Order: sequence, then structure tokens, then C-alpha cells
Amino acid sequence: MIRWLVIVLALAGPAAAVEPGEILADPALEARARALSQGLRCLVCRNENIDDSDAELARDLRLLVRERLVEGDTDGQAMNYIVARYGEYVLLRPDAGGVNLILWLAGPVLLLAGIGMALPLLRHRREEDELSVEDRARLAKIMADET
Amino acid sequence: MITELGHFALVLALGVAIIQTVLPLLGAHRGDVRLMALAGPAASVQFVLVLVAFAALTIAFVTSDFSLRLVVLNSHTAKPMLYKISGVWGNHEGSLLLWVLILALFGACAGWFGANLPMRLRARVIAVQGSIGVAFLVFMLLTSNPFLRLEFPPMNGDDLNPLLQDPGLAFHPPFLYLGYVGLSMAFSFAVAALIEGRVDAAWARWVRPWTLAAWVFLTLGIALGSWWAYYELGWGGFWFWDPVENASLMPWLFAAALVHSAIVVEKRESLKAWTILLAILAFGFSLIGTFIVRSGVITSVHAFANDPERGVYILLILGIFMGGALVLFAMRAGAMESKGVFALVSRESALVANNILLAVSSLVVFVGTIWPLLAEILFDRTLSVGEPFFNAAFTPFMVALAVILPVGSAMPWKRGQMRPRLLPLRGAAMLAVACGALVFAMQTGRSGLGPIGAALAIWVVAGALTDLWQRTGRGDVAGRLGRMMRLPRADWGKTTAHIGLGITVFAVAAMNAWVTEDIRVVPVGGSYPLGSYEVTLVGVAEVPGPNYLATVAELRVTRGGDEVAVLFPEKRFYPVQGMPTTEAGIDQGLTRDLYLVLGDAQDGGGYAVRSYIKPFAGWIWLGAIVMSLGGTLSLTDRRYRVAAGARRAVPAE
Repeated sequence: MIRWLVIVLALAGPAAAVEPGEILADPALEARARALSQGLRCLVCRNENIDDSDAELARDLRLLVRERLVEGDTDGQAMNYIVARYGEYVLLRPDAGGVNLILWLAGPVLLLAGIGMALPLLRHRREEDELSVEDRARLAKIMADET
Repeated sequence: MITELGHFALVLALGVAIIQTVLPLLGAHRGDVRLMALAGPAASVQFVLVLVAFAALTIAFVTSDFSLRLVVLNSHTAKPMLYKISGVWGNHEGSLLLWVLILALFGACAGWFGANLPMRLRARVIAVQGSIGVAFLVFMLLTSNPFLRLEFPPMNGDDLNPLLQDPGLAFHPPFLYLGYVGLSMAFSFAVAALIEGRVDAAWARWVRPWTLAAWVFLTLGIALGSWWAYYELGWGGFWFWDPVENASLMPWLFAAALVHSAIVVEKRESLKAWTILLAILAFGFSLIGTFIVRSGVITSVHAFANDPERGVYILLILGIFMGGALVLFAMRAGAMESKGVFALVSRESALVANNILLAVSSLVVFVGTIWPLLAEILFDRTLSVGEPFFNAAFTPFMVALAVILPVGSAMPWKRGQMRPRLLPLRGAAMLAVACGALVFAMQTGRSGLGPIGAALAIWVVAGALTDLWQRTGRGDVAGRLGRMMRLPRADWGKTTAHIGLGITVFAVAAMNAWVTEDIRVVPVGGSYPLGSYEVTLVGVAEVPGPNYLATVAELRVTRGGDEVAVLFPEKRFYPVQGMPTTEAGIDQGLTRDLYLVLGDAQDGGGYAVRSYIKPFAGWIWLGAIVMSLGGTLSLTDRRYRVAAGARRAVPAE
């Protein structure tokens, strides 16, 4: 059987519970299916993507992803197809729109807030603390002599 | 009878914990030495009582006393002894007892090793520690009593979840709890300092070893858990961004921040209020972790105890302790005036940057973890936040951290100039870029993860070594080497821990970027290529285990005709729980792990086999071990062992 054709994939990110029979003959399509699977949740599992899950439903989703890709869907179309049927709960990477902006912007905003909090800590050097030009030259000479 | 003794000891422990909380606080307030002196002995007695309770529960598990509800639910006579013992904490009630035991142990330690603390501070620290004990003992006795009896004991138990029947369970939770609960000491010190209204270098010198110890335990606990997941879950992942994993990562990040900021308090008497806040938050996140694990409000692979009532109670504990501490902080933080000022280019500001990055990354994890819950409650949307989000939102902070690390640790205190400090790092930077470029050239067409990870790792490791070398001053190599050996252990600890971080960064990037995967059906006797290896399925046999049935495959791995390894991946079936598990066959090597998993028998004959070459997999945990080794080295620094300066710094009150 052609599906027994073996593909050695080197993908960013691990993958596993995929059955040998599910793998598509076209390595490019299979790679795309794997990439999409990383972002799809196994609905009956706890926090596993469909590639890592042994559950029957995860298998159905894996097959569905491949079916859509074989039909000629783009990645976006395939994902939309699945989200339209299973809801946004299926997405492991939530959309960066609407209220989810709170989620996505939390990091950058908190970082800015942290920097804003830290700035007052940095007291600027006062003039008298500063070495004069002559002092600095002398210091450099002393340091150079030492070696 | 023993069970009743254990139960009784637990109730007594609550009574002692109340005494431990109330009387020393009162004594410290009134200046009553006798009441303050009660703190240490009370903490010791509480620890012994909880230990008796723990021993009683362990005996019940070991002897399979099925009149105990907890033993029935989590044990079975056929279960191997190791899992009968570790099964004590493989469930909600028992693990809570372990939690309280460690909490009491830390309180007692403050009494045993706190002889050089000012009496008032010690009394308050132990009292605060006692109050946490009160909260958890009440929680345990009211909602999660491990000593409940059954009226009609069954003939046998329901067995432990097969996934937990692993040596990992024996070590992972105790280390993790030593870390989680160890942070309670930092919390108790912070609250005691707020009550006193004073924080000084000596305070930081006392608080830092406890935090460092907690951080070391937490590092090891998390590493053990991730290694366990790697070999047990059957596809070789080591981190899943599962809520319960996040629950351990958040306090770890805060503890790492605290370990760094306490140095600033100790050396420069600066960042005091911030350090106190970090100490409160670090333990706060450890409580939030407890909430996430035990309330069941957030779905996670660690199905522990899904009882909303317990969740409410833990939320109450969290609210009281965090609310109380933060109100106290708001009232008193103003009094913590920092002495040392510092310029933009200084060790202090580098450590502030470290703290911001660690704290913000931890908060990002927090937001990601609770977002599904918030979105459902506030916006009526059911959604998931998984690995892709965390990879995208968390990683940049770690990259930034790795980039600034060597620069920051080369900076002098108070103020410095960029140029002279950066010059010695030229070598490290060039090496890092060169290695990154080399890796990029070698792996054409793959993701940028590999080269970037390699460059960052080299930068961190070479930077740490450069820093150590710079510390030896000037002169000939022999003299500098001699001085290097005499550097304080804290310096060696710092270098070691940073090298460990570099190793882990590299390994995580390498394993994710260069994994080789192969999934296929293999007939018995058939062979297939895997990378440069050749794998042969020699045979498959049914083998009965002590409390399971196993299907064991024999896979022979060769390379160029030479045998590399013979691996025996298993599929197990546990009849009592009716649950299958997979045991991967792993050949651990220096630069790669061969990871073979046996799948189902196929209709047309043969077996599904999943094979992976996971490059540098072992280095992930090696890095964690090196990190905790660094922490331990730093912990044994002379200034903590002698603490003479600490005694002088604060006159006895």
C-alpha cells in the first residue's frame, strides 16, 4: 500500500500518536498536516494536541485535516473548516483578536510596566560624583603602569 | 489503632501550630522573651506530630489496610512495595500531608539552625510559618482527611493510576514540594521583616540560603517531572505547557528572580521593597500552583482532585495570606528605604532587568494558564491556550535573559562603563556568532531555532567562564589559575548555574529543531533505516508483570553492521484500572537519545513502531542538574556557613 510509504520528517516540535496508516503519501502535504496538528487540541483529552493523543477523536481530527489538505484547502481554509465545526476551543493557539488581545498583549504590556517601575530606581549620577578629565587621565595612567 | 494515632497526632499538630503562631507573635510584640522562646520548640513538636501522622499513613499503605478509604482508592495488594510507599503521596490527601510535613520541617529548621537570628525576628518567622501550617492543617482535617475509615472494608483496593506507578513518583513530588514549600520560608521572612518594619543586609543573608535551597529543590523537582514525562508518556515530549507544569514553572521563575534580587539587598542594601514583594509573590505563586493542581478548575493532564469545595478553601487560604501580606507590604514598604543608589550601567540595573524579565515571563505564563478560565467567566468563550501560545509568548523573554546575562554579570556594582566590561566578552560573542553560523550552514533549510539556540548557549557558557576568569585579576596564567581556585564558592556557584542554564537552552533548542521521526508498520523480523541507524524488530512477546500484562518488543539497533543497542519498548495493560500505558525503549547517548515506542498490532500483521532520534535530549536534564549544582555550591559559600558578619551586623535586640 502506498500509505505505508515511510516519510522521515524533521519538524520543529515533536509528534507521535500518528498511526502509520494515516500518513499521507505526499511529504509536503504531510508536513503541512503535522504543522496544523500542532495547533489543534484533542477535545476529549487534557491539553494535548491531536498528534500526541491516542484518542479516537484525535484520530478523526487528524484524518479530517489530511482530507481537507488533499481536497486542496490552504492551511487557513482547513483550520477555519475545523474551527467552524468544533469551535475555537479546538485551537491551542488562540486568535490574536478581540478580547484575546488581552492575552497576547499581556507580555509586552507587563514588560513596559516593569521597565516603567524600574526607571525611577536609576538615580542619575550627580556631577560631583563624576571624575574630572584630568583625574580620569591619571587613573588610566596608574592602571596602565600596574600591568 | 495506628491510624487513629496518626489522626490524633494530626489534630494535636493543629493545636501546636496554633500555639506556634499566636504566642511567639504576642511575645515579639510585647518583648516577652519566654513567649518568643516558645517558637522553636513548638515548631519542633509540630514537625514530630506531623511526622507521626505521615508514618501512620505510610504503615497503612505498606500493610494494605483496606479499612482506610484512601488506601482502597489508591492501592492494591499486587502493587510493588516501592509504589505502595510512593502511593502515599500519589493522591490528593496524602500529598497534602507530605506538603504539611515539609512545611513543618522548614519551620522546625528555622528553630534548629536559626540560632544566630535576632530572637524577635526568629520568633516572628516561625510564627508566620506556623500560621501557614494552621491553614493547611485545618484544610486537611476538614476537607481532605487521609485517615477516614470505611465501615465495610473491601477485599482489595482500586490500585494506583498506572501512569504513576513509576520510580518517578518516588522522587518527583518530594523534591517539588521541598521547593514549593521551601518558598514559604522566604514568605515568612518577608512578612516577619514587614512586621518588624526593617530589612537589612543581614536579613538578606538569612533569607537567601532558604530561597536558594528551595530553588535548587524546585529545579530538581521540575527536571525529574519533565524527565518522567519524557520516558513515560510515549512520544518523548519533555514539556507540555500543561497548567500543572506551569504551576511549578511560575514559582521557579519568581524564586530565580528572588535569588538574584536578594544579592542586591545583601551587597548593596538596595531593592529592599522589591525583594520583599518577590518573596511574597514567589510563595503566592506556589499557593496558586496548589490551587491549580487541587481545585480542578483548569483542565490538566494531572487529574488530581477535582473537588470545587477544596478549590474554594485553597482560594480562601491564598486570599488570606496574599491579601494580608500585600496589605502589610503596602503599609510598610515605604519604611524599607534603600541605601545604595546605582547608575544605569551597573550590576544592580542588570539584576533589575533580570528580575523584570523573570517576573514578567512568569506572569505571562500565569495569564496564559488562567486565560481559558477568565475568558469563560468574563466573555463566555470556551477556548484553549496551549503550547503554540506559550512558545510564542514566553520564549522571547528567555532569549532576552540569555542575551543580557553575560553582560550583566560582568558589570561592577553601583556604576560602570560599558566598554571596558564588554571588551573581555568579545571572545565569547565571536565564538557564539561563529557557532551559530556554523550550525546554520550545516542544517540548511531548517528552522532558525537550532542556530539561535546554539549561539545563545555558547554566549551564556563562554560569558560565564569569561566572567570567572576576569575575577582572577591580572598577571600570569598560573597565578590567575591559583586565584581562580581560591575564589569564593558563591562565584563558582554563579558560574556553574549559568553554565547549566546555557546547556539547557542549547538542548531544548537542539531537541526541538533536529528531531528525526519515523512512523511505520514493521513485520516481525523486518528492519528499517532510522537516520544513520538500522533498526530490526527481532520479536514481540507477551510478558506478565506483577500487576500488569506487557507486550514487549525486542528491537535491535545497528549502525554500519555494529550493534548499538537492543531496546525493549513495552505496552502495558493494568487490569485493575483497565488502563494501558507505554514504556518507551530509550538508548541514552551523549549526543542523542534513540527513542523507540511500540504501537498496536496491525490487522495485516506486524506492529506499528514509532522511532525518534532526539539530539542532545539528555542535556536538558544535565543542564538542570548543573544549575542545581551551582545553587548548592553557592549555598555552601563561606559567608553562609560562618555568618559571622551577620551576627555583627545586627546587635541582639
